[in-house]
Amino acid sequence: MSERSIVVISSGLSQPSSTRLLADRLADATVAELAARGITANVRTVELRDLAHEVVNAMLTGFAAGDLAAAVEAVKGADGVIAVTPIFSASYAGLFKSFVDILEPDALAGVPVLLGATGGSARHSLAIDYALRPLFGYLRADVQPTAVFAATDDWATAGGDQSHPLPARIRRAGRELAETVADREPAAPTGLYDAVPSFTDLLGG
Amino acid sequence: MQFGIFSVGDVTTDPTTGRTPDDTERVRSMLTIAKHADEAGLDVFATGEHHNPPFVPSSPTTMLGYLAGVTKNITLSTSTTLITTNDPVRLAEEYAMLQVIADGRMDLMMGRGNTGPVYPWFGQDIRQGIPLAIENYALLRRLWTEDVVDWSGKFRTPLQGFTSTPRPLDGVPPFVWHGSIRSPEIAEQAAYYGDGFFHNAIFWPMEHTAQMVNFYRQRFEHYGHGSADQAIVGLGGQVFMDRDSQRAVDRFRPYFDVAPVYGHGPSLEDFAAQTPLTVGSPQQVIDRYGAFYQQVGHYQRQLFLMDHAGLPLKTVLEQIDLLAEEVVPVLRREAEAVRPAHVPAAPPSHAERVAAARTAGEVHEQSVAAADHWTGRTAEDDVEAADAVTR
Repeated sequence: MSERSIVVISSGLSQPSSTRLLADRLADATVAELAARGITANVRTVELRDLAHEVVNAMLTGFAAGDLAAAVEAVKGADGVIAVTPIFSASYAGLFKSFVDILEPDALAGVPVLLGATGGSARHSLAIDYALRPLFGYLRADVQPTAVFAATDDWATAGGDQSHPLPARIRRAGRELAETVADREPAAPTGLYDAVPSFTDLLGG
Repeated sequence: MQFGIFSVGDVTTDPTTGRTPDDTERVRSMLTIAKHADEAGLDVFATGEHHNPPFVPSSPTTMLGYLAGVTKNITLSTSTTLITTNDPVRLAEEYAMLQVIADGRMDLMMGRGNTGPVYPWFGQDIRQGIPLAIENYALLRRLWTEDVVDWSGKFRTPLQGFTSTPRPLDGVPPFVWHGSIRSPEIAEQAAYYGDGFFHNAIFWPMEHTAQMVNFYRQRFEHYGHGSADQAIVGLGGQVFMDRDSQRAVDRFRPYFDVAPVYGHGPSLEDFAAQTPLTVGSPQQVIDRYGAFYQQVGHYQRQLFLMDHAGLPLKTVLEQIDLLAEEVVPVLRREAEAVRPAHVPAAPPSHAERVAAARTAGEVHEQSVAAADHWTGRTAEDDVEAADAVTR
């Protein structure tokens, strides 16, 4: 049975957090879909609230230390990423963007990413498409077609989206990510020194 | 092993007094610090090069040329010389002049510079940083080793029949280091030429520094300059000392907390744990720095950042005394005790480089200018040319 690593990034600030709740549901759906394809998923959840001070320190010092360094490494070597943020003031949370800013520019290039967001009402749901998708497009991530927005109403048994209820959207998103991840070879660990051109190439270029 | 200091040359308000030196005072402080380091018996003084406030050292060879005259033993160097935005022709001329004036008691360290606007101010583009460093340095080397250079490249106007003067002292160019924090291409460049590699480790975890240094060592061996452990390595360091270690922390904390680069960020304790910053007694500095060779291998030069973050001149001079009297003699002795015989104790001196070049047959006992390099012709050619005009 082959294995894949899935890193879940959750940037909810409250505890408990509906953002974390959505992130966990998306992870569960992905794990189940991968298992159905004979693949064991190793899930690592990065709760950005716990790393908030280290994120700011890294922005000031230029290097990630401690648990943050481990989180950054995990993202770099992931076969798939689930990134979930609350929508604050019409966009992703500042802490979420700060973490993304710390990643190396190529850290998510080509990596399958499932996007999720939470907000008080469905009126914010397009934030995924005008804020999150362009950000991950810039990072050249392989953003999955289905992204999941969960408004407060979506967590109710009644209310929310009746024709496309949240659990169905979560299942579809998990299936898409699992299919993409399953189709690929596991990510090989890459080092800073793997792709250094030889000096004669540098001189000639 | 060599121990010295390197200066960024920042003008920073002393947070404990609110006092800010002006540029003139800061330049004079740097001169005082360098002279003091020489008198105290340190091996190296290196100045940075910057072209934007709050940094004063824009003209390193002017400063180092003066210091060559007023110091006796200390090696004068740079940290770093901007190989990207300086004209390599001017670098060849200025540093050969410094080499002659200092009678070989100098070397220099190439760096790219990471301040975006400085590049366009000098007509360059930071996105071309690596290609600039590679092309400019390749030209600089030719200007030092070849008497007459024909050259064309991407970043500067072509040269036809150009001779850089003065020719290097004894026909042997200065020793060159390449400094980089996170660009393996620069470690590759240093390895290719068999030059020194300097990692300014002060803002980075030592694991990262060790990875970079070990990459350089492997490539040094790959290019046939010797075994990996014979590569010439330098590290940056940062310490603040007091004989009472708690007092060192209490005295340095006000400067640390608001310092440029890391101020308002991690605590002093966290930063000291994560990077080579050591704040405490001279013995603590000895314990920490004396063990770095276990991670990066036996290395040849350790530079310390001492005058920064608004520390007053008096404190800096006192730190230099502690370093020179209580730390360096012990570190030097310990390094020498564990160093294998085939590993160089220090980067090559001018005399050693001259001896090596003569052994290799690369230079003669005395180099003579055989032709008029201004026109690239001999006197006889000029007579013919003059005849042709007057005929």
